[in-house]
Amino acid sequence: MDLVVIMVLLGLVVVFVSAPLRRVAPSVGLPPEMTTGDPEPELRELETARDAKLRELRDAELDHRTGKLSDQDYQALDASLRAEAIEILRSMDQARDHAEHPG
Amino acid sequence: MAPVGRTLLILGLVVAVYGICASIYGVRTGRPQWVDSGRRAVYSLAGLMTVAWVILEAAFLRSDFTFNVVWQHSSTTTPTFYKLAAPWSSQEGSLLLWVWLLSLWSSLILFLTRRRIRDIAAYATAVLLGFATFFVSLAAFFANPFTTTSTPPAQGSGLDPLLLHPTMMIHPPMLYSGYTLLTVPFAFAVGALITGKLGSEWIALTRRFALASWLFLGTGIVLGALWSYTELGWGGYWAWDPVENAALMPWLCITAFIHSVMIQEKRGMLKVWNVSLVLGSGTLAILGTFLVRSGILDSIHAFGASTLGVPFVALLALMIGGGLGLILWRRRLLASEARLDSLLSREAVFLFQNLVLMGMVVVIFWITFFPLISEAVTGNKISVGPPAFRPFIVPLALVLVALAGIGPIIAWRRVTAANLRRNFLLPVAAGLACLVVLLADGVDSRPFALAMFALGTFVLVGVVQELVRGAAARRAMTREAPPLALVRVIRRNRRRYGGYIVHAGLAILLIGVAASSSFQHSRQVTLTPGQSASVNGYAIRYVKPTEHVATDRSGALASIAFGAVLKVSRGGHRVTTLRTVRRFYPAPLTPGVGPISIAFAGSADSVVGLQTNLTHDIWTVINPNLAPLQGRINQGDRVFERLMQSLTPAQAAQPTVRNTIATEQAVAINGLSRQFVTHPWPVTFLLIVDPLVLWIWIGAAIIVFGGLLALWPIPVLLRSRSRARSAVRSHPASPREPVLDHATAMREPA
Repeated sequence: MDLVVIMVLLGLVVVFVSAPLRRVAPSVGLPPEMTTGDPEPELRELETARDAKLRELRDAELDHRTGKLSDQDYQALDASLRAEAIEILRSMDQARDHAEHPG
Repeated sequence: MAPVGRTLLILGLVVAVYGICASIYGVRTGRPQWVDSGRRAVYSLAGLMTVAWVILEAAFLRSDFTFNVVWQHSSTTTPTFYKLAAPWSSQEGSLLLWVWLLSLWSSLILFLTRRRIRDIAAYATAVLLGFATFFVSLAAFFANPFTTTSTPPAQGSGLDPLLLHPTMMIHPPMLYSGYTLLTVPFAFAVGALITGKLGSEWIALTRRFALASWLFLGTGIVLGALWSYTELGWGGYWAWDPVENAALMPWLCITAFIHSVMIQEKRGMLKVWNVSLVLGSGTLAILGTFLVRSGILDSIHAFGASTLGVPFVALLALMIGGGLGLILWRRRLLASEARLDSLLSREAVFLFQNLVLMGMVVVIFWITFFPLISEAVTGNKISVGPPAFRPFIVPLALVLVALAGIGPIIAWRRVTAANLRRNFLLPVAAGLACLVVLLADGVDSRPFALAMFALGTFVLVGVVQELVRGAAARRAMTREAPPLALVRVIRRNRRRYGGYIVHAGLAILLIGVAASSSFQHSRQVTLTPGQSASVNGYAIRYVKPTEHVATDRSGALASIAFGAVLKVSRGGHRVTTLRTVRRFYPAPLTPGVGPISIAFAGSADSVVGLQTNLTHDIWTVINPNLAPLQGRINQGDRVFERLMQSLTPAQAAQPTVRNTIATEQAVAINGLSRQFVTHPWPVTFLLIVDPLVLWIWIGAAIIVFGGLLALWPIPVLLRSRSRARSAVRSHPASPREPVLDHATAMREPA
């Protein structure tokens, strides 16, 4: 009984772990996500930066509404954050264009 | 099923080593199928360890004494509830639990990142499997939970009575979850350093794991404190024990990271610091496991002692050396993208708070390891004990609470003097008012405690002010009712308000700690029934002794309990009745220990008599002296030894004879036990009146609630991503609008 259980588990592990290696002729070379020059990782990094910037915009607005930032400070900070956010969005567009039309 | 368990450990080891090789080979040669295969090795390891864990649990539940670990740590009479927890009371089961949890968390993070940061994830896979290889090797070759005996005993030794406590069901898995979760950010930090991709994405993906580890470790620490307070019978909840410190150090380190990572997310600053904190937390997690499992330092957790020191030291050396090497190698990529705008900003507060937290870690590390350091230098192991911590930790804790109050009410980047006045006026006034009231009330003998009460009030009022202002800001937009506005503003800003609630919980907890440690009234008294003692105005009268001999389902002796009923009154008015018990457990059969003596020769535990409320705890424990019984115990030993010697081996082997002797012994033990009630002798009580202890547990519960709130997923942010893309595309000519859309999408109710 023990031997049967062990053999079944061993078989399952071997089949499961080796499945990617048995796929049809995977080409040598990293997939887009794993290639340094590919826009996908850059795009994801930019998405993370965009999310953080949007959180920062939102935090600044809440800080302003709750009285932690004066009108003057908030306007200056908001303008600066928006400029940074727009820069990130533009970089994302460029990364997307590069991905859709490589070269 | 023991052979299956042993084979699973070997198979797990092979799978882990294969996964390391496949991941590294795949990422180095650009063959993604090998990286996928390596990731699947982690999933497989999780499956194998789950089966192994189920086999071990099943053995405990069935009381299968062919497993050595089962008869050594359980018995047929151990309640089912505790049989489930018994595996992690053993060295062997703990190691298997560690690797099982590690494999589960590793599988979760690798599943979540299966289509993202794949090159970083490939190295992280190798690191996580490296940890798994280490712990599976220990479980397979040094402390195998699946070793068996061909001559199983009829009865097991049972679980250590000190572990027969409900918190012990949760405390160790909580701590181990915290430790193993810390390896996830550690592994991804190593991956990011190796690949040189040190942006924010790996941090964003692993931040929740850091927060979860903080939550699990914190919960585990508090449950340990609760166990200490209600089970160990010394009257405290924190003893600066090495194992307690081992959990506290990574918790402090990851607390620093949770704050400083926000600066990196927002400003691209502190990259070296953050990656150092992540690597430091991971290393401290292994150090914590090492302290629990090695027994290298004297600890109340002596049931974890063993000789696993050398492999752990080697792993720690590799982690510290490798981590430092990687940071030095990538120091240029870790340069800050911005500078601190002002010392009057939340960034500056976080930075200062980080320094305080790390100062605490250094102090705790130094004093905890001082016995080893002193032994290495002088040849003598010198333990300095809890008093050595206080001169350093108390001032640092005061600064920390002050910063916990300042953080929520100060803005990012910079603030003006007018805004500072507006935001600080009420909390500072409340803190000062608290101080004045306490001084006027004559509470001036403990300056540090007074400072903690004032600062705690400052934090609480600051947090309440923030909640009120947040709700008011939402009401101004939506016209919702105040409670609804409060709930919704918290719901839509979980990370921010979850953090604020944690700060409030911390303030409450530390007020409780300051009050209970500074204004505790404690007396050790020896009383006979009818006598009273006074503690802080409470008259505590020893009404009567109690005794109870417990047997298991087979009729064998389980424990002898000597207890007391005490009535507490104040000013002639009855306050409460307390019942406390000291239980003595029989030792395993030991040559040289008589048949009656053995009934008292095992371990002992206490049931604390406790009355708790918001203002104070009245706590007592009985410590009966067995000396008055010793003469009768020795007499009983001699009688039964003579009886056994008078029997021939054939007679002694007869079940009826053995049963008769066992019955006579039970009668003798019951008679001895009754002596405690019929001829009561003076017994010692520890009586404590301790203020605000309940605040510690309430504060901890609030911290857990706030942590869960901050950890909770933010679906609105996920939804906004898709809306953001369409917003960018639909307004290409207007650079302001897309950002407005994003911000509005996240701000307005869905």
